[in-house]
Amino acid sequence: MEKTIADRTVTVNEEGFMTDAAQWCKEIGEALALEEGICMVDRHWVVVEYLRDQDAQGVPMSIRKIKNSGVVDIKEIYQLFPKGPLKVASKVAGLKKPASCL
Amino acid sequence: MSDTKGKINKMLIILSKSTLENVYACFVLANGARMEGIEAEIFCTFFGLDAINKKKLDHLHTATVGNPALNMPTMLGGLPGMEALASSMMKKEMEKIDMPDVHEFLDILSASGVKLWACKLAMDMFHLKKEDLYDDIDGVLTVGEFYGRGEGEGTHMLFI
Repeated sequence: MEKTIADRTVTVNEEGFMTDAAQWCKEIGEALALEEGICMVDRHWVVVEYLRDQDAQGVPMSIRKIKNSGVVDIKEIYQLFPKGPLKVASKVAGLKKPASCL
Repeated sequence: MSDTKGKINKMLIILSKSTLENVYACFVLANGARMEGIEAEIFCTFFGLDAINKKKLDHLHTATVGNPALNMPTMLGGLPGMEALASSMMKKEMEKIDMPDVHEFLDILSASGVKLWACKLAMDMFHLKKEDLYDDIDGVLTVGEFYGRGEGEGTHMLFI
C-alpha cells in the first residue's frame, strides 16, 4: 500500500515497513522514527546506515551480527531502539522486517 | 487483560534441564522476546543449572536415548560416543545458521537485558556457589521470589 511520509509517497506493507529501500531518504527515516517515539541522534543514524549497508550487500541481519559488527554493541542498540532493536531500526532504515529468530 | 488486549509484556522462562535442544529453545525464546521489546527472565532450576554452570555450559549434550525425534534406535543411542557424536553434529548445524554457542549466547542474553536467575534450592542440592556460575548472573532466587518477578499485566510463564 502507499503511504505519505515526510511529503513523499512510498510503498509500505501492512506493518508499516517500506517495501522498496530505494525510496528511502533521511527525512523519511526521521519521520518513521518519530512514529516509533524515537528522536534520531547521531548514534541512531550510525546504526541505520550500517543496516542499510549490510542490506545492500545482501547480508541477513541478526543480533549476533550486531554484536560482531564493531559499529554498535548489543547494549547500545537496545538503548537506541528499546522497543525492538533490529525490528524498529530496520523499519526506520526503510528495510524489510528481519526474518531471523536470532 | 482488558487494558493490554492480551499483549505480552514479560516472559518468565523456567529452564529445568540442560540438553542442548532445551537450552537453545529457552535462549532463543528469551532472545526473541527481547528483540520484540518484551522483557524476559530465565530461572534455572535442577539440571537447568548446567546451562549457567561455568564448568558445564560448554559441554552440553543432546540426548540420544529417550529422544524419539532423533529417529535412532534406543540401543544404538546408548553406545559409547553416540551422544558426543550427535551433539557435535548438532553444534555444526547450529553454526551453519549462525547460532552462537552457549557461552556466547549467554553474553548476548545478558547484554540484551535478559535477567538470569539461579534457583536457590537446586544450588543447595548440587552444592553450588554463585562463583560456580556464569559471571553475569543476576542472582540466586527462591521460587517465591521468582514468582514475585511476574507482577504486572501481560506476564507469561514457560516451563522448559
